[in-house]
Amino acid sequence: MSDVVVVDYGAGNTRSVRAALAHLGATSVVSCDPAVIAVGDLVILPGVGSARSAMDHLDSTGAAQALRDRFETGAPILGICLGMQLALGHSDEDGGVHGIGLLSGSVHLMTEGRVPRLGWATVEPWGDAFYFAHSYAANCPDGVATSEGVTVAVERGAFFGVQFHPEKSGTAGLAFLERCLSPV
Amino acid sequence: MPLARLIPCLDVAHGRVVKGVNFVGLRDVGDPVELAKFYSDGGADELVFLDITATPEESATMTTVVADVADVLEIPFTVGGGVRCVEDAIRIIESGADRVSLNSAALADPRLISAIARRYGSQAVVVAIDAGDGVVHTHGGRVVTTTQTIPWAVEAAARGAGEILLTSISHDGRREGFDLELTAAVRDAVSVPVIASGGAGSAAHVADALRITDAALIASIVHENPAGLPGLRREIQDLGIQLRPIRELI
Repeated sequence: MSDVVVVDYGAGNTRSVRAALAHLGATSVVSCDPAVIAVGDLVILPGVGSARSAMDHLDSTGAAQALRDRFETGAPILGICLGMQLALGHSDEDGGVHGIGLLSGSVHLMTEGRVPRLGWATVEPWGDAFYFAHSYAANCPDGVATSEGVTVAVERGAFFGVQFHPEKSGTAGLAFLERCLSPV
Repeated sequence: MPLARLIPCLDVAHGRVVKGVNFVGLRDVGDPVELAKFYSDGGADELVFLDITATPEESATMTTVVADVADVLEIPFTVGGGVRCVEDAIRIIESGADRVSLNSAALADPRLISAIARRYGSQAVVVAIDAGDGVVHTHGGRVVTTTQTIPWAVEAAARGAGEILLTSISHDGRREGFDLELTAAVRDAVSVPVIASGGAGSAAHVADALRITDAALIASIVHENPAGLPGLRREIQDLGIQLRPIRELI
């Protein structure tokens, strides 16, 4: 099976995503090199760290521009949690951060219920429960799934983003990742 | 609100699971990786690993355990015990843990909470509070501080703790039910999720806790019979608590 590129934005933990990919028989590399991001069969923007330090890292390495260029060519990108949020235009996190801007929309601190929103919740219309751990939520016109009123999946062109952590969502998460790998 | 969570807690010493686990059906009775996988397959929503030795010499051993667990587990897990500085948290999270749990070190220097939360987000920081007679206890309950439980929970959350793991010293190990009064008081005082801990002896006890808070930590009730976890989940659900649907158990 082909290579998956897990984008490194300097925050550390890409291990769980790579372990889940390995479980599915996919090999992966961790990189923020624009040349590697350009050619990977699937690029995953994982969900680790804080918005500002992640964007600083993506901008300074050229990875953000490489993701925009890749998006224009129609090559698939999967954003997970913070990785989904960074694909939007703007986040309120860390005093306000400009995102990569693949999709329009913005990210806001949640105000309802207990925050952070931690735990398993059902995603509609898919029906499965996935694991969430987030304090910010997306407001995006390209939403394709919700959970308890929160937009938890967005899709535009070759970009697919999810708020939950498929790599931490048991068999439902693995099945989701397998679907993401299947067109590769 | 997300579904209620059932969280087995494993005590680890020198890289091995210790204390009260009845290991029927497991090949290696002390292997944290095998037990973690077993509980994950049995429907645990999360796991907590507590390094009960937590000496600096042991930190490399625990880091190896964390990495090995992360490679096989597809549910979230928290690591506590021995997290004394930001570097400890970095080491554990970069080895694959989702969250670190702080106890004595956070009380000694509350800035540690915000330092880790700034780096990884508040969802990555749990503050564990061992409470008894209205005050916080540390060092496994051996040291009684003058810090009041509720104000400390409020301060921890304000400094960036994304969850409070609340253990009642008086109820822990007695298996007569959780301290519901204390749990409700902390839940009402903070806006972050609260995990109830200490006292689970039956499915009814767990259900009682999950009616008033977000998650319940379980230890001996599940370690005595690890294979009984799916049954325990069903009993809790029969008592009206909605847990996540487990495909492979249906």
